[in-house]
Amino acid sequence: MAPDLRTRLGTVELPNPILTASGCAGSGRELAQFVDVSKVGAIVTKSVMLAPRAGRPTPRMAETASGMLNSIGLQGPGIDAFLQRDLPWLLSRGARAVVSIAGSTLDEYAELASRLSDAAGVTAIEVNISCPNVEHRGQVFACDPVDAGAVIEAVRARARYDIPVFAKLSPDVADIVAIARACVSAGADGLSLINTLHGMVIDTDTMRPVLAGLTGGLSGPAIRPVAVRCIWQVRQALPDVPIIGMGGVVTGRDALELMLAGASMVSVGTAIFHDPSASARILRELDDELARRGIERLSQVISLAHEMRVAGPSMGTVR
Amino acid sequence: MTASEHETESGPMQVRGTVLTVRRVDAYHAITIVAPGIAARFKPGQFVAVAVGGQDTSMLLRRAFSVHDVRPDHGGTVEFVFAVAGRGTRWLAERRARDVLDMTGPLGRPFPVPRDPVSCLLVGGGYGSAPLFALADRLRARRCSVDFLLGAASGDRVFGALTARRTGRSATITTVDGSLGVRGIVTDMLGQVIHDARTDVIYACGPMAMLRQVTALARRYDIPVQVAVEESMACGIGVCMTCVLPIVGSDGITRMVRSCVDGPVFRGEQVRWDDVGTIPFDAFGAPGWEPRAARSQRAGGVDGRRGQAGQAGPSGQSGQPGHRRGAQPGRRQSHGA
Repeated sequence: MAPDLRTRLGTVELPNPILTASGCAGSGRELAQFVDVSKVGAIVTKSVMLAPRAGRPTPRMAETASGMLNSIGLQGPGIDAFLQRDLPWLLSRGARAVVSIAGSTLDEYAELASRLSDAAGVTAIEVNISCPNVEHRGQVFACDPVDAGAVIEAVRARARYDIPVFAKLSPDVADIVAIARACVSAGADGLSLINTLHGMVIDTDTMRPVLAGLTGGLSGPAIRPVAVRCIWQVRQALPDVPIIGMGGVVTGRDALELMLAGASMVSVGTAIFHDPSASARILRELDDELARRGIERLSQVISLAHEMRVAGPSMGTVR
Repeated sequence: MTASEHETESGPMQVRGTVLTVRRVDAYHAITIVAPGIAARFKPGQFVAVAVGGQDTSMLLRRAFSVHDVRPDHGGTVEFVFAVAGRGTRWLAERRARDVLDMTGPLGRPFPVPRDPVSCLLVGGGYGSAPLFALADRLRARRCSVDFLLGAASGDRVFGALTARRTGRSATITTVDGSLGVRGIVTDMLGQVIHDARTDVIYACGPMAMLRQVTALARRYDIPVQVAVEESMACGIGVCMTCVLPIVGSDGITRMVRSCVDGPVFRGEQVRWDDVGTIPFDAFGAPGWEPRAARSQRAGGVDGRRGQAGQAGPSGQSGQPGHRRGAQPGRRQSHGA
């Protein structure tokens, strides 16, 4: 029998735990040419800001070993256009929309949460806090427990009570558990782990940085062990907080790995650039991986790696 | 479901296509792949994005290539031309018949073709001429005349010189080293060819520097020019936002536009050539940018906060200016290293 992949995200039941990672699926429209967006667990949209934003100059990306650097700079149409055009489109296709938001001040985040709460059909808000805080000398929100907590508090205060708020954390911190605790104390309903790692590539022919923005976010399979470590640590410290795991998931097996570490949902990001139908394929593969191990319900594997003894003989042996 | 199926009828598709042939064409490689759906939907100017490195590859980004030709045999084949410029294209050059490639396409906006039978000049630089021959067929089917102006560094890098000479009403070749045709670059000959051919419309594909000069000359002669740009891409389908360039819209507003879905074909004068590789200060959503209408509409409201947001600079970077002047050498080789 096919394993039961249903999972809950706040008040909404998702048919499966595979989401698209923010910034890798636009607002779903382009992807719909390759996958049925209503069959993806949820579409996590590209981070939206209050105002339209042109982003950073090109070159904006560099391929690295099993990964890539990007420095898009949050290019996007702004919340007005998003609410007018993108969100209604997603809903009309029967997709579940997790809306990622980004801002430069607490007020911006709060305003975005409020605007999204007035709109119907937002399944959850994912708060991208890897942005510079203009009120704190450009210090990135995600790197300071107080700043991170303040953003989540501002968003939680303005987001409608039945819309879960997830904080997306950066792995570029000394103690991710401290940031996670601060966000949960501030009212986060869940955590998204992890955002990209800060990286840089220099072209040895031109002897200059490849990216116009000099540095960028590293993503792809190269960072998966970092994601597993972060999810593991946060799960250890906060056993009851739902985690959306992301970071280099390319196969169903990778998704399972993040779930064993403690993620109850998994976002597919950079893999979409490589394979636009990756979300559907990974879902199929996850289904197979679970079935092969004789697992009936998804909930059985979540955080399973934390248990001291292996539960059931079939689970430890199947490769 | 029905909705998204409907959407795919004319849009791109993802196929696993079997390689028919890989052959050397002078300095380049041409690869032909069986891909019936893509061949049937293709229009000249469109491209395909190919996954490279096989299963478990460490190269995650698709390589984008203009389609050179499609044929009806084997249910439909797609051919593209490439130069070996890095690990990904080296892997592609090593493919053999019966290998399988994961390919998405046809992608991007094709060359618009004129309604009336006019005199068309097709300008190609290097293997940028590859997509021009399918366009030429389409133009001739509309009873347009086709003249070619092709150039490259050397004779072995002028792609399709023979075909151009055989099928074009005229064909002018330029090489920097003088090994084929006239010594020089295509724009040295552009004025004369326009004059001789009484050109009504120009189509151009090749390096950005060439497209920029062709556009400038076309403007001087007041001839409309369609260019297919080369920008580095990661996905080819419009989600990664890496291939943007400043394009002036019909409303006069400059936007950072994705060359994969809104291009690769643009009217030459739409492209702000001097500002490619930068975010022009007056671009939609540039730091400090504010639409006049929105400003008056929201007077006293979130306006103040918006101003701050605009000045905050790009995300994930403290105090890093968002502007960059001048292009970087690496960015021009675009069509997949």
